[in-house]
Amino acid sequence: MFPITHYLFLGALLFCSGLVVVIIKKNMILVLLGIELMLNASNLNLVAFNQLYPNSIQGQIFALFVIVVAVCEAAVGLAIVISVYKYFQTPVPDEISELKE
Amino acid sequence: MSISALVFYFFEFIAAGSAVALIFVRNVFYGALLLIACLLALAAIYVLAFAEFIAVTQILVYAGGILVLILFGIMLTTKISGKPLMVEHQYIFSGVTIGIAFLSLLIYFFSQELSFVTHASQQRVVANVNSIGLAIMTDFVLPFEIAGILLLIALIGAAVTASTAKSTNT
Repeated sequence: MFPITHYLFLGALLFCSGLVVVIIKKNMILVLLGIELMLNASNLNLVAFNQLYPNSIQGQIFALFVIVVAVCEAAVGLAIVISVYKYFQTPVPDEISELKE
Repeated sequence: MSISALVFYFFEFIAAGSAVALIFVRNVFYGALLLIACLLALAAIYVLAFAEFIAVTQILVYAGGILVLILFGIMLTTKISGKPLMVEHQYIFSGVTIGIAFLSLLIYFFSQELSFVTHASQQRVVANVNSIGLAIMTDFVLPFEIAGILLLIALIGAAVTASTAKSTNT
């Protein structure tokens, strides 16, 4: 069993990378990729902390549900991206400041 | 250094490297491939953290589902012009500042003496697929059913949102 701080450092790095990607990218699909990265950082922390309690698997079950919710988020998010792109003809999030032209 | 530690730090390096490279990449397609590399390295780390079922689920869901979905999204939102789609960056200074500040804050707290780690037991986790299945069907059956309903709603919602057909009953 490896030291848990190594998992935590990797999770922190993944979360901050996802945060920077969400902020600086001018493309909606890359913003969605950043959100996926942040969700996986939280998942890594759940699995890592579950190691400290050998007789319970609540952490792994919760990680499973986080994966399910991440899948739903990706599917609905990409559908919204496609329909918004068809309507506004631009993939830049900052140019889409109104719901209806 | 044992062989498992070598494998662990190798996959941690891959995950961290591809996550940082995702910040600098300008091609959307390469960005999707970097994300998949990062998620597969995370699956390997899950195996080393005694979470085999989560690792298999990660590989199935992300490499099989999300990658195909993201590639469809990229192909549907780029004009067919022959040259790869380049993405501009915005708010670079503030974004990188926020990222570095938050990362240093988290690393500072994790470097302190973590009280819940010191008294933790060092024995192996006994959880396996069998006990996860039993827990899902007994203690977590209500969240399991709600997750199924959520997946159904997301499926219908995504299909309706992305469809091109106009609604007829106005």
